[in-house]
Amino acid sequence: MTTTNLPPQNPREDVALPRLGPAGMLRWAWRQLTSMKTALQLLLLLAVAAVPGSLFPQRPANPAVVTQYIQDNPGTGPWLDRFQLFDVYSSVWFSAIYLLLFISLIGCVIPRAMQHWKALRSQPPRTPRRLSRLPEYGTMTVAAGTALTPDRAIEDAARILRQRGYRVQLRDTGTDLPSVAAERGYLKEAGNLVFHTAMIGVLVSIAVGGMFGYRGQKLIIEGEGFTNSEPGYDSFFPGTSFNPGALVPFSLTLNNFDVTFDRKPASYGNPIDFTADMTVQDSPSDAPRQETLRVNEPIGFGGTNVYLIGNGYAPEITVRDGEGNIALQGPVPALPTDATYNSTIVIKAPDARPDQLGFVGFFLPTAMVDENGVAFGSDPDPYNPQLNLNSYTGDLGLDDGNPVSVYQLDTTELTQLNGRDLPDGGIVLGAYQTYELPDGKGSITFDGLKRYVALDIVYDPGKAGALVFTTLALLGLIITLTTARRRVWIRAGKHEDGRTMVEYGLLARGEDHSLAKEAIRIGSALTTHWNKAHDQNRQATP
Amino acid sequence: MITVNETLGQYSELFMLLAALTYTVSFIAFAADLVRAQKITTAPAEPAQEPALATTGAPGTVEWTHGAGAVGKANDHHNAVVDDAMGYKALRRPAARIGVAVGILGLVVHAAGVVTRGMAAHRVPWGNMYEFTTTGAMLVMAVFLTTLLFRDLRFLGTFITGLVLVMLMAGAIAFPTPVAQLIPALQSYWLIIHVSVAVLSAAIFTLTFALSVLQLAKTRQEKRGKPRTAGLLRLVPSPVSLEQLAYRLNAVGFILWTFTLMAGAIWAEAAWGRYWGWDTKEVWTFVIWVVYAGYLHARATRGWDGTRAAWLSIIGYLCVIFNFAVVNVYFPGLHSYSGL
Repeated sequence: MTTTNLPPQNPREDVALPRLGPAGMLRWAWRQLTSMKTALQLLLLLAVAAVPGSLFPQRPANPAVVTQYIQDNPGTGPWLDRFQLFDVYSSVWFSAIYLLLFISLIGCVIPRAMQHWKALRSQPPRTPRRLSRLPEYGTMTVAAGTALTPDRAIEDAARILRQRGYRVQLRDTGTDLPSVAAERGYLKEAGNLVFHTAMIGVLVSIAVGGMFGYRGQKLIIEGEGFTNSEPGYDSFFPGTSFNPGALVPFSLTLNNFDVTFDRKPASYGNPIDFTADMTVQDSPSDAPRQETLRVNEPIGFGGTNVYLIGNGYAPEITVRDGEGNIALQGPVPALPTDATYNSTIVIKAPDARPDQLGFVGFFLPTAMVDENGVAFGSDPDPYNPQLNLNSYTGDLGLDDGNPVSVYQLDTTELTQLNGRDLPDGGIVLGAYQTYELPDGKGSITFDGLKRYVALDIVYDPGKAGALVFTTLALLGLIITLTTARRRVWIRAGKHEDGRTMVEYGLLARGEDHSLAKEAIRIGSALTTHWNKAHDQNRQATP
Repeated sequence: MITVNETLGQYSELFMLLAALTYTVSFIAFAADLVRAQKITTAPAEPAQEPALATTGAPGTVEWTHGAGAVGKANDHHNAVVDDAMGYKALRRPAARIGVAVGILGLVVHAAGVVTRGMAAHRVPWGNMYEFTTTGAMLVMAVFLTTLLFRDLRFLGTFITGLVLVMLMAGAIAFPTPVAQLIPALQSYWLIIHVSVAVLSAAIFTLTFALSVLQLAKTRQEKRGKPRTAGLLRLVPSPVSLEQLAYRLNAVGFILWTFTLMAGAIWAEAAWGRYWGWDTKEVWTFVIWVVYAGYLHARATRGWDGTRAAWLSIIGYLCVIFNFAVVNVYFPGLHSYSGL
């Protein structure tokens, strides 16, 4: 960003401030915004503004947790929400900071790029009159009697500088005081510009992904399948300018899901492998093929990727209603709540007659009973699968057309049939067991167990751009932080007594910690060269 | 099926203990060096020439003089034992030499501990908090000893060996984790790349943190008008040279941190289907990146270099520590791999 070189302060106090006018005000505001100081302050502000997003739950990542947080904190919750602290990264204030920062960046990069373009095509600046004022300065005296003329000395110097990667220009050759001006490290500024421009590219790529991409979630039980279409998703989040044509018509079926848990005593029960065995089709007309889906190894369909995000158990349930008919049959996904896959489960049988039936409770893969008689899960593998359920009857509230989560059951309007506190107790079902509901309301059977996978299906057209631009940014960064931009001037002249006098001066542009070393290297290259040339001359003319 | 080798894991823990004991000796030696330096009353004999004025006189054809130009570079701290290039002239520091030698021995034993841990688990030894801490401590020591090849930073010896000891103890006491296989989310070659570079840049930031703290202490001492030679800071070079070295190291650290962020994003894309999702760990990695970016800009901004830049370097490092010790352990998020 722009390093402003302040003009010298005018010492006269009688000069009135020029009136700015609207255009002047705008120019002033623009210069303030694009100044390095403002950019720095915006950067630091951005760092501070990002922090609350890690302190409060965020809606895009976890909407349910946010709702819970607001319910649990009725005093502060709504206020935090008003200040968008649950949507920090799309909030007005966070956006304002990064947009201002990027405007500042653009306002800085463009003039600098133009300046650098000019610098690239111009010659090194003229030789200063007094080289001794430069940060690095030295002199050389070549004894009289050598063939070294000032012009010759400058040509030698220019050659050595060129070898060291400098762009050189000879000045005043043929005069008493010829000199060479040299500059190197143009890449430092170029790398800096590439870095900052690439940052803009990253932001644009993120925006492209957010506009034209989509993201959806789908839970698939073993033996079941999914075809990529909007209604097929459990939840679907299209981009702001999403076009349904972007949905690639692939389909997949989960044949089998394998889970391996660590059985070493010290790390007992940690998962060590999740493997989903899938049959996929790129489109209905393509031949089916076998694919393995694992964590860190998504399956790709063109630009759309399928990721294995979660997994769990789906107990197979049969619910018979009061009339003896099957009201529900099939696997019901249970949501794991901890590492041992103790899961919550909600079973709804809206087809049950005369009254609808609902069940809420836990699924434990390996049930044990503690000293208080409470069942708990002790292992993530299904060694002793058990359902612990409460049952309800009444209107489940599914018929009025309002969307209701399949993982939740509002029991306030229902009549409870089973529960720990009720005379009939809670329902405890082991594998293959059946429980008859009280009052002849029906029965529930635990028929078997399947596993399911939770998939994220994502299309992000900005992804490739983001990768390219971050790579460019990194390259630019490496170049700009490791290159030194330097100027060197060397001037030669003849002393009255016949000696050739050479002086050199070096100037760093930007951070440069080895300017002195560079001066020594150039000095010693010249010394060595002239010493050697003179020795050869002597040998040639004995 | 891969199985972990528990016997080797026990050897690893033994090596870690031995390394900690060795570092303790090194720490004591470095501390003795600082204490002893207080007693030096006069600077050792100045070289015949001003140190910054190097004359390369050639006997014969070319006579060459290289010296400081208008920007004075001459060493004006006549009573200081260290010049701006962090040279200590002829000062003999036997205790510091012992500190370095024992430190190298400690690093060798430490490396044996880290390597056996990895061999025991058949994977890279950075998969949980215990391993991040012990491997991180090893890298801090390795970066410090490597930097010694270029600059005499032995005045940092007490800080570095002290910190490494604290890290080893924290690993053993706060995060003890038995050797185990990785959970599926961590089974990726990006673990090797992303985490190793993250730990390496954190090790570099550790060094610059120490330099920046000393820069502030030294600046304060100068402002108070105390003789520059007083106290435990006797061996510490001038604030300007500390700042310059901190900048160079921070620049390297920033490049590595940028890479960490990128590699993390690529891995996140493969694991979770998005390259950036403002997970708590991502937030703090971003905050750290922005703070150090701010630091680099501050160095080029009038009125922000020197003390203010040093503060940014310190804040950046505090964020690194927070990101590691607090976010990993207490913040819920996708990066909850602490194994606690």
